[in-house]
Amino acid sequence: MSIARSAPPINIRGIAKRFGSVPVLSDLDLDVASGEFLTLLGPSGSGKTTLLMILAGFVRANAGSIDIGGEEVITKPPHKRNIGMVFQNYALFPHMNVFHNIAFPLKQRRTSAAETAERVERVLDLVQLQGLADRRVDQLSGGQRQRVALARAIVFEPRIVLMDEPLSALDKGLREHMQIELRSLHRRLGMTTVYVTHDQREAITMSDRIAVMNKGRIEQLDQPETLYARPRTKFVAGFIGESNFIPVECRDGSVWYAGKKVHTASPSPPSGRHLLVVRPERVRLAVDAGLVADARPGANANILDATVRDIVYQGDSFICYANLADGQQIALRDYCRSDVLARLPVAGQPVRLRVDAEDAILVADET
Amino acid sequence: MNDDIGLPISHWRRLWLYGVGALVLLFLIVPSLIIVPMSFSGSTLLQFPPESWSLRWYEAYFQSIEWRDATVVSLKAAVLTTVFATPIGTAAAYALNSGALRLAGFINVVLTASLIIPVILIGIGTFFLYARLGLNNTLTGLVLAHTVQAVPLVVLTVLSGFRSYDMNQERVARSLGAGRFAAFWQVTMPQIRFSIVSGALFAFITSFDEVVVSLFISGGETTTLTRRMFSALRDQIDPTIAAISTCLIVLSIVLLSAAQLFGRRR
Amino acid sequence: MSVRPAEFGSHGLNAGALRADARRESLGLLGLCSPGLALVGIIIVLPIGWLFWLSLFDESGQLSGANYARFVEQASYIRTFITTFEVAFLVTGLCGLIGYPLAYMLSQLPRRAASICLIFVVLPFWTSVLVRTYAWLVILQRKGLVNTWLIDLGLISQPLPLAHNFAGVIIGMTHIMLPFLVLPLYASMKTIDADYLRAAMNLGAPPTATFWQVFFPLSLPGLAAGVVIVFILCLGFFVTPALMGGGKVIMWAMRMEQTTSLYSNWGAGSALGVVLLAVTLGLLGLFRWLLGARAANVWGAR
Repeated sequence: MSIARSAPPINIRGIAKRFGSVPVLSDLDLDVASGEFLTLLGPSGSGKTTLLMILAGFVRANAGSIDIGGEEVITKPPHKRNIGMVFQNYALFPHMNVFHNIAFPLKQRRTSAAETAERVERVLDLVQLQGLADRRVDQLSGGQRQRVALARAIVFEPRIVLMDEPLSALDKGLREHMQIELRSLHRRLGMTTVYVTHDQREAITMSDRIAVMNKGRIEQLDQPETLYARPRTKFVAGFIGESNFIPVECRDGSVWYAGKKVHTASPSPPSGRHLLVVRPERVRLAVDAGLVADARPGANANILDATVRDIVYQGDSFICYANLADGQQIALRDYCRSDVLARLPVAGQPVRLRVDAEDAILVADET
Repeated sequence: MNDDIGLPISHWRRLWLYGVGALVLLFLIVPSLIIVPMSFSGSTLLQFPPESWSLRWYEAYFQSIEWRDATVVSLKAAVLTTVFATPIGTAAAYALNSGALRLAGFINVVLTASLIIPVILIGIGTFFLYARLGLNNTLTGLVLAHTVQAVPLVVLTVLSGFRSYDMNQERVARSLGAGRFAAFWQVTMPQIRFSIVSGALFAFITSFDEVVVSLFISGGETTTLTRRMFSALRDQIDPTIAAISTCLIVLSIVLLSAAQLFGRRR
Repeated sequence: MSVRPAEFGSHGLNAGALRADARRESLGLLGLCSPGLALVGIIIVLPIGWLFWLSLFDESGQLSGANYARFVEQASYIRTFITTFEVAFLVTGLCGLIGYPLAYMLSQLPRRAASICLIFVVLPFWTSVLVRTYAWLVILQRKGLVNTWLIDLGLISQPLPLAHNFAGVIIGMTHIMLPFLVLPLYASMKTIDADYLRAAMNLGAPPTATFWQVFFPLSLPGLAAGVVIVFILCLGFFVTPALMGGGKVIMWAMRMEQTTSLYSNWGAGSALGVVLLAVTLGLLGLFRWLLGARAANVWGAR
């Protein structure tokens, strides 16, 4: 069973949606490549679920275009869109057993009984639920329900599969297991998938690309690695992973902090106040304080003087909270290797911190 | 939510409350129940407990052509009212629940208006209207007037059924290729059917027990059971009515238990 | 992100088609409601509107307020209104007085016991009004059960006048209206979190104070809802006063029936109906307005 041959791209243009007078989505564009696993990631109220509902046809946009493989679907009713959908609560039909749940889309398409049986069998194999066809839905575990919902959404070989936080009802261990399994299923079948979640780790684990949504707009659309290493806005930097935000001044194409020039990875910014984003694990304790990293400032490294405020031991790693000269707080994280542990500073001790230029990202100060 | 843990007040200290509550419950239930043994009385006097037992008042009921005809009219009206009010009310409840209906609040008020408007006004109004349409003393007129009173109950019952139903079920059915009607019929209906059945039972009982409007618009060959009972009660208190009342009480119990039974299984 | 002028969609991509689609869906749903709406329109709105129109003309066909002026001029009408409001107040008060303890007890009972007791409330609710009125006639009339027993016991020598008078109407109507008060009141009491009461007791309030200062105020909206329903139903009630009033207790609805059926005075009867409807809707409106203010008060005081 392969969907890849028919997996079309989705081109979304100018989607606008308001509930009453409240705008939920504003002029949103998004392209999903053929066979891609794209995640809509954002806090609740960011419009990600609304966008998914518009794609599925359950919510009507006020304007916009959805082109699936060259066909405009925005005014089509849900049952003519040929899109598989997995809901957060699975929405399995309680009055049907597993077989009839999965056969439901085939029945709507008037598939013959023999073919229906064969295809249900195959898809049950695929989601590793062999032999459960006769079970009632309420006899299934959470993970099994999730698989049935998935099987039902792909058995009719839809052009697109949409998933609305399908793993959020599972407990942590099962959720992580299902993330891997969904990912490998997607690799095998190659269906174009749009996935909604508010869990940034889940998004990073599973996606080809992630669209970070905030207040009805896409803040950034990139591969997970890029998104993490090069966040383009303060919101993205704050929503994905942890970040230090250091206010800096931009003048004459250079970046200044506390009277010193700062080397960054970003192209020369316009004048004014900006924020420097530095991930805690990219801040290093410098050698001058008797520790590991090279403390000599060069074109590619920034050295900051700081005083240790607190060290929090976390087993595999530790977090060091320090104050820069002007009182600005900064956090750094490192693994508890023996060489580091041996020379760990104590609270109140002055240290030097090193941030490489490629780890210092400038974003606009939105507040 | 109250739970079953209870409060740190002993049942003993609340004895007075249970006493008062029990008395009020007795006040509610005893009058109707007292009728039942009296309907099996052997004498024409109303005595409790009866001194002799017989089925003569049931015989009087079933052998009287007038009572029998009136019962048949009431049954016909109730069945037809159920047949009309159930789909009309269910369709309206579906639309009201969809969230995509404009003026839903206003439409809800209009559809349930007959619960608030004094019944006497509906009686006089329909009588006045029917006089011009020639619908007085017809089954059609009776069914129309009863349906308008039964629809709100179906709407409210089915709406409460929808409240405990996950509309994602219908959405997912539609995404899987079922049209709106097919999704309702194959997925939603089987899951809210108990509410629909309850609504239908309420519609039936509403029509069957309806008095005031029937007083105005039924008569002659379409005299309803309630209208005939009303007239009989004005004149004399015949133990036959005890027999009829017992039948009505049994009917209420049966329909209500059915509704409860269906209501509990969702 | 650049902001296009089309941001609000009034002239964005496909906006017209989407609006048409929305209109089509809304019309389809309206279609589902239309049989019900048509029925209400023809069977309820049309005749009541017609009656309202009739009420504006006097017997000679002249446009006049005569039908309404009668209400304040003729003693018999005034007596009807007084009787009606007397009965409504009394019955509502009695229902509140005996309904509140019952609802309170139901709300405090364990779930299973409460649902068994509820049957005793719901069953009369769904039993024909005629049957229940008949039962009270049997119990209360001159040769009824109560009088027979009392005479047999030698407590009285003459039967007490219990039916076919004001007392009979009050007893019968209280019985019929009680479930209308208890059911909404019970439903609202069930939503009062027992933790509030535990908290109050934990803070040192004795049971009585806990009840009056915590539970009772929280149950007021439910009580108000029940009281309003009962009062409104009483104003237009017909069956029980007609059968148990013995022709001596003439209430509003009976007056309407007499005026139209007996005297065929449609103008006067209609005017009575219009005023009854107006009072009913006015009370409902007042209730919603008061309850809004009440709820704001309860929470504003915290």
